[in-house]
Amino acid sequence: MALDKRARIGARIAQELKDGDYVNLGIGLPTETANHIPPGVHVIFQSENGIMGTGPAPAEGEEDQDMINAGGGFITALPGAAFFDSAISFGIIRGGHLDFTVLGALQVDQHGNLANWMIPGKIIPGMGGAMDLVTGAKTVIVAMEHVDKKGNSKVLKECTLPLTAKGRVSLIITDMAVMEVTPEGLLLKEVSEEFTVEDVVNATEADLIIADNLK
Amino acid sequence: MFKQITAAEAAAMIQPHSRLAIGGFLAVGAPEGIIDAIVAAGTRDLHMIVIASDWEDRGVGKLVVNHQLKSAQVSHTGTNREIQNQMNSGEIQVELVPQGTLMERCRAFGMGLGGVLTPTGLGTVVEEGKQIINLDGKDYILEPAIPSDFALICAHKADKSGNLVFRKTARNSNPIMAMAGKITIVEVDEIVESGELDPEAIVTPGVFVDYIVVKEA
Repeated sequence: MALDKRARIGARIAQELKDGDYVNLGIGLPTETANHIPPGVHVIFQSENGIMGTGPAPAEGEEDQDMINAGGGFITALPGAAFFDSAISFGIIRGGHLDFTVLGALQVDQHGNLANWMIPGKIIPGMGGAMDLVTGAKTVIVAMEHVDKKGNSKVLKECTLPLTAKGRVSLIITDMAVMEVTPEGLLLKEVSEEFTVEDVVNATEADLIIADNLK
Repeated sequence: MFKQITAAEAAAMIQPHSRLAIGGFLAVGAPEGIIDAIVAAGTRDLHMIVIASDWEDRGVGKLVVNHQLKSAQVSHTGTNREIQNQMNSGEIQVELVPQGTLMERCRAFGMGLGGVLTPTGLGTVVEEGKQIINLDGKDYILEPAIPSDFALICAHKADKSGNLVFRKTARNSNPIMAMAGKITIVEVDEIVESGELDPEAIVTPGVFVDYIVVKEA
């Protein structure tokens, strides 16, 4: 994905976060969020391998072999950070103590179902912590490209791939649009500058309800 | 009270079909010296319980590459191409377990519990064949405890009473796996005198520790 697209999605996700929120960012695109936290907003990031309060990547040569995030990348700890074991880490997640989790997706549907952990017959990397995160976090945000490499919609009426969790997604933020999962269906709230509502509808297999105050 | 042994002596205790609960995440906090000794011993048909299958040349990935596993319960296999090959060919039977559920199932065994009730996996393939229990209007999956014969873990320091402290994100699953084995073998950087570690800072009390291997420099 182009850098400006990534940055735009990251910046839009960051707008959802409030001062003092506890947040877990998935591997890949979701990590972009950390680069766009507004000044004056202090968000505490968890990495599920066992730290609350992660800091930026260390300078080259400053890496500590015992300091990685859930993606295996080297990290630092900010003042106020805490280390804990994996059971406590997933207790934080499953127990509803995280304000937000942001994850990528292979597919998401209008019922808030998410599929992001396997493609039968192709890759089976395992669900890792994704099922716990989507089940437990107070708010689940999906961050992804609106369509796949072949141009097929990733926003569907019903997911066809094995689910990560059922009915847990609240907000979908893509390069084209921002959509909220509501009891009535998928509410199109924002359309990115270079696209029209029609572009988004055409690129979306799911049924969209157009918000009255569409931005 | 624990006994100090070598990595080779630890590996010699492990027999074919042993069930191994191994600490570490993406090879950070993995008991590399004990894993290397098991590779050298060549013991086969092992069952592995671990968060991730690590890399081909680091952590438990070395046991996969050396064809020593017949089955495994893991959360993440994405960093190890060889385990994917062995899963596809049927050489290794893998149960994929959500990471938080894996921790609680291991912890349950160590804590004397038969299992745990979790919402994680509801409405997914994880619930297939399992009992769903409704409590106060909410559904949970009954996930049974995972037993293991040996817990193989890595800590930063032990004192002479077997108490353990860990270092940064190398703690990860190690304190959980420490409780989950019938026999627990710990690899440490060093053993210090009893009293040198602050009793308030002990993460794993020595009662869980049976054997200690000091990491070779």
